[in-house]
Amino acid sequence: MKHTLSPQRYLILLAVMLSASVGDTLLSHGMKQVGPVSVTHLGMLLSAMANPWVIVGILCLLGFFASYLTALSWADLTFVLPATAFGYVVVAFLSKFWLHEAVSPYRWAGIVLIVCGVGFVANGPSLTQHPPVDEPAGAVAGGSK
Amino acid sequence: MNAAAPVEVSVFETWATIVTVAATAVAGDVLTAGAMRRIGDLDVIRAQSGLGGAIRAVVSSPMFLLGVLSMAISFFSLLFTLSNVAVSLAAPASASLTFLGNAFAAKLFLKENVDRRRWLAALFVCAGVFLLSK
Repeated sequence: MKHTLSPQRYLILLAVMLSASVGDTLLSHGMKQVGPVSVTHLGMLLSAMANPWVIVGILCLLGFFASYLTALSWADLTFVLPATAFGYVVVAFLSKFWLHEAVSPYRWAGIVLIVCGVGFVANGPSLTQHPPVDEPAGAVAGGSK
Repeated sequence: MNAAAPVEVSVFETWATIVTVAATAVAGDVLTAGAMRRIGDLDVIRAQSGLGGAIRAVVSSPMFLLGVLSMAISFFSLLFTLSNVAVSLAAPASASLTFLGNAFAAKLFLKENVDRRRWLAALFVCAGVFLLSK
């Protein structure tokens, strides 16, 4: 069976694609400023929370989490996950055409593989349909319907 | 805060931290996906009970909270790993392992229909993410 997604749901997937990679990049930049954290000084991880790059990175990742959870409520995990990888492709294109960084042939090959992977999944159904199972008596539904 | 020189870590320690990041991420993804499946379509819940109702439905799920705990452990493991291991190895390696691990875990625990198309997607994305670090 084929599950077509509405434009609004494609926008949610777009948010999943972009916010994770931007957030990770900001976190990486912030942690480089914080410096190495050793096992004996794990408290430094908490002090990393004061770094503005880490804070903005965390805000981006919170936005990612909200859109990710929404997507997971109407699509399979193995459908949503390749979308998160597409963010790497966006970052590679931004670094090439906006920051004018060199993108190696390996990276272009990686981009082609990810685009193919996302294409495979996007072409198929978004949700696995299981036959209805009788709820045990007294079971409480998790969501308020 | 001054940035000190990177600490030398062994190959075992490098991969142990990367695998820890991936394993806890997979646990977090599968637990939250399972919780969202039980809760139901958030768009429908939001239409019926508003944003507050949707948030309540999510945060009152023990499975979701367990998933968030796993994700938090994965997040701090990633911070720890990024401070000791080169980001060009740590980020793509943990992401690639997470993609493969999730495909296995989704089939095993969530009973998702991981057909040939989705396996191929997981493998392509896994290899693609790794190549991006080159």
